[in-house]
Amino acid sequence: MIRSLVASVTRLITGVGRLPCAPCGGEAAIYFANHTSHLDFAVVWAALPDEARENLSPAAAEDYWGKSAFRLKVACGLFQAVLIPREGITRENNPIERLAEALKAGRSILIFPEGTRRGDGRVGEFKAGIHHLARRFPELPLVPVQLENLSRVLPKGSVLPVPIIARACFREPIRFDKGEAKLDFLARARLALLGGIEETDDKG
Amino acid sequence: MDQDLKILFGVVGSILVVASIIGVVMKMRVRSEAGRATVANLNARTRSWWVMAGVFCATMVLGHLFTTVLFGLLSFLALREFITLNRTERADHEVLFWAFFVFTPLHYVLVGIEWYGMFSVFIPVYAFVFIPFRRVLTGETKGFLESTAKIQWALMVCVYAVSHMPMLLTLPLRDFEGQNAKLLFFFVMTVQMSDVLQYVWGKTCGKRPVAPRVSPHKTWEGTVGGIGTTVVLSTCLWWATPFNPWQGALMALLICVAGFFGGLVLSAIKRDLGAKDWGNSIAGHGGFMDRIDSLCFAAPLFFHVTGFYFGTGIDPRPPGWVLEWLGR
Repeated sequence: MIRSLVASVTRLITGVGRLPCAPCGGEAAIYFANHTSHLDFAVVWAALPDEARENLSPAAAEDYWGKSAFRLKVACGLFQAVLIPREGITRENNPIERLAEALKAGRSILIFPEGTRRGDGRVGEFKAGIHHLARRFPELPLVPVQLENLSRVLPKGSVLPVPIIARACFREPIRFDKGEAKLDFLARARLALLGGIEETDDKG
Repeated sequence: MDQDLKILFGVVGSILVVASIIGVVMKMRVRSEAGRATVANLNARTRSWWVMAGVFCATMVLGHLFTTVLFGLLSFLALREFITLNRTERADHEVLFWAFFVFTPLHYVLVGIEWYGMFSVFIPVYAFVFIPFRRVLTGETKGFLESTAKIQWALMVCVYAVSHMPMLLTLPLRDFEGQNAKLLFFFVMTVQMSDVLQYVWGKTCGKRPVAPRVSPHKTWEGTVGGIGTTVVLSTCLWWATPFNPWQGALMALLICVAGFFGGLVLSAIKRDLGAKDWGNSIAGHGGFMDRIDSLCFAAPLFFHVTGFYFGTGIDPRPPGWVLEWLGR
């Protein structure tokens, strides 16, 4: 109830539309998006139909969202996020393990394979995390989500949002291929997110 | 409620009823694939017209304050579409925050408290000066003039120009006190009728494009036919305005021509930015900006021409409570 309300408000503010039906028929999936703003995960979360949204656990940075009791409540209670560490990573305490746990429980996850927000609105090279997850759960579809304009709504280094109309474009899902080299897979995933079109210089 | 206003609402209602019936009939009779798409778009437009006309008429009944809020909201949404489509840089972010959340609301507060003197200079002077001041603080020099000019234009077109419509309600006119709602109605009705009739004439017998690169669907036949019909129909509404029939015809012509060029100018900007529509908020029409593009440039012109010739002089002084607060 509160979640659908927050999702509606998020859509209203950012101008992102709701998908008419869930990608992959609503089965669990690994969603991955380009990372440009603190609003990214809320937007993908809000764009999904109710059921798919209920089953989604977006990845959120522990050093930011775990800082106060309130942030923790918003991240874990409202968005049902998986908090992932960005520093002090050990064999037991690492983002992949925590996300894998959520996937084992049958939930969908949302990750940002670039690892960090970029300032210029372009899509950077993907880090290996998505490959680790895809290899461990080869049966799950990987759904690319291209986010546009969110870096203009709330750019890195600003706390003031500007009501620019954003877009979340859900692309055709891709599948893991056992025979494919890691770097090839990462490049393929990135290109799928861009809708098959490499960015040109005058964009951004 | 003003008796004349009731008649005007009745006219709009009847036009929409007729349009809806025509839409139903055409839907049953159309055969070809392309024709079906056109009729579907036409019916979507008519449905949106019902909503827009309903909201507009309701706020007119509710008075100056509600009309101001409605147009304020419209300005905000138009500004949002304008800025979204224009590429703005990281260095523009703070200036944009001011434009959206300070200048736009404050300007409409001035409309609400009917302080004409400040209303007329707030954006052209204060905002105009402040925008480059704030932008220069970021230290970014790349594209400085383009960026500031874009934001200044956005405020002038989407906020300043649009706000002349609610301000029309406060324009003092000879022998027309308390009836300005009808003037606003005459203006909006003329512009929108001209848009619709140009579309209808263009669709039915349009051949030679006026400006193929700017707006491929605008044709000479559509423009001349649409404007001609609108002037005739709007002149028939002279009894609801401070104009006599001749003056009404000339005013309608002024509105139509300014509306036509306004639409063309905003279309040129849109094409340059590589888009077909400003947005997708209104079914069948595109964005808010697509619907109000012809109002933008016509509104301040109509306001000032009417005020110049039929007005009794606008009082630019601040409202009494502001003077009191200043201790004067």
